[in-house]
Amino acid sequence: MKVKELVLSMLGWAALAIVSLGLAGLVGFLFIRGLPALNLRLLFGSTPAWDALLALRPVWDGIWPAAAGTLSLLAVTMVLVLVPGIACGVYLACFASPRERDWIGECVDVLAGIPSIVMGLFGLELIILLRRTFLPRGTTCLLLAAACLAILVLPVLVTATRSAVEALPRSLTLTADALGLSRAQAVRHLLLPAAGPGILGGVILVMGRAMEDTAVIMLTGAVANAGLPAGLTAKFEALPFKIYYTAAQYTSSEELARGFGTALLLLILSWTLILSARVLQRRLARRWEGVA
Amino acid sequence: MSLTGRKPSEGARGPLLLRALALSVSGLLGTVIAFILLSGVEALVRGQGLGLLGAAWNPAGGKFGILTMIQCSLLLAFSSLCLGWFLSLGCCCALNGLAPRWAARGLLGLLTMMTAVPTVVYGFAAVFLLVPLIRDALGGTGFCWLTAGLLLALQGVPTMTFVMDGAVRSLAAETRLTATALGLSPVQHLSRVVLPLASRSLLSAAVLGLGRAVGDALLPTMLAGNAIRFAHSPLDSMRTLTAHISLVLSSDIGGGEHLSLLLAGALLLTFCAVFSLLARRLSQRARGARL
Repeated sequence: MKVKELVLSMLGWAALAIVSLGLAGLVGFLFIRGLPALNLRLLFGSTPAWDALLALRPVWDGIWPAAAGTLSLLAVTMVLVLVPGIACGVYLACFASPRERDWIGECVDVLAGIPSIVMGLFGLELIILLRRTFLPRGTTCLLLAAACLAILVLPVLVTATRSAVEALPRSLTLTADALGLSRAQAVRHLLLPAAGPGILGGVILVMGRAMEDTAVIMLTGAVANAGLPAGLTAKFEALPFKIYYTAAQYTSSEELARGFGTALLLLILSWTLILSARVLQRRLARRWEGVA
Repeated sequence: MSLTGRKPSEGARGPLLLRALALSVSGLLGTVIAFILLSGVEALVRGQGLGLLGAAWNPAGGKFGILTMIQCSLLLAFSSLCLGWFLSLGCCCALNGLAPRWAARGLLGLLTMMTAVPTVVYGFAAVFLLVPLIRDALGGTGFCWLTAGLLLALQGVPTMTFVMDGAVRSLAAETRLTATALGLSPVQHLSRVVLPLASRSLLSAAVLGLGRAVGDALLPTMLAGNAIRFAHSPLDSMRTLTAHISLVLSSDIGGGEHLSLLLAGALLLTFCAVFSLLARRLSQRARGARL
């Protein structure tokens, strides 16, 4: 019976070829069309760079407002997600009883599977509910989008933190016990610093997730033309939304070229983030290699 | 101080603050899930007479049925999963002994890069590359089930491959010596020994991929054409549940369109929750079977 082996090796090579060709085609196309547009003009348009950076003059034909919007969205999201995410991960790895671990783990898993568009819908419903009750003048805004994004990426951070701590060798805990450290002391002074690079890797992964997500923000406050983000309760622009919007609504060839440039920029940013996350996580793995 | 050296206030369960944070996080997550599900139920109750679960979508006539979108969502997800699962299986085999080492390393790097490609970038590139190709080659507008399905399959490959690879890699390492001693070639080793042993993990990868495919919003919105009707051929344009939510920014809160959104959201959540729980059970059982 050689058929099974033949089919399997054909499948393997075909998959290898299709996946690499598919990705190379899409990314290559993006590079060819996007590289010419990737320069300072893409960011600031005809406004001088310093004036735009210092917000002295508005940028009309560049993506600086969208980039600034994405940056502020990321900042607010990270502020909201870091402490609860890492705390929950550490708790699950070090302190939770088996029942709690099952129960919280299940909850985290279900939430990790929630489609981001549903989270966007949740944000929309939340603000509608708030308008009916406490905040009659509330609208979708930066804070709402960041909060929904934070809930969306929370499970990722919890899982990454938990596996970074659980990947540490058992001997560390034993040593801590032998030295008479309490569990909390061991976590604070030994396990957390040791797992630091892994946790940081998880944080960077989460930043990538939050940066690329479009479905949440399009329901919770991202708009096509808002200028620089004006505050937590204002609408904002964002890079992924800009790309989405350009694909459907572009009116001129310059706008399309800018769309390609933006898509390429976002792709490069995402790749930078994931590469640095990988490097950190690999460093952690290598450090404890061979230690039982 | 007790014999174990722990201060009584800290106990075995960890510092109070940490415990409180962890519990409130899980409480928050539970609340979000409950909120979405309850909204869906409320939509069903208040939307009686609007035919929310029917096939007719006719806002002027007061009919807001989302049955067509349910069909389109499931069709699109299952079709892209079929393609994507076989691609992932192939990639997983290529990674584990089928391809030479340099090719496997290259593929691993490629898959890692793929996990980071934003969905919106995939969609954008496909709108200007794949859509014209399909329009010229097969006719129609190019915004159709086929285009969205192809991209969705490609997008799902890295996740599924990594799930499969996790199980296959360790099983292959455990059995390689025996298999080689019995005279099996690497391909035979994979097809006769490792893959049958890893079948639960392969299934769990499929379930996980299904959840991802059902839940993706951008690719169907950007590439599938968004016509509200049952899809019959791969060149038909379709609107999925996720695309429906992202497109209808209705201002009539409490109206039929809005209620259909709520129901769509709750349905999506239910699908995805069931899939991820199922995947969790499967992979747990796979792990248990090996120990």
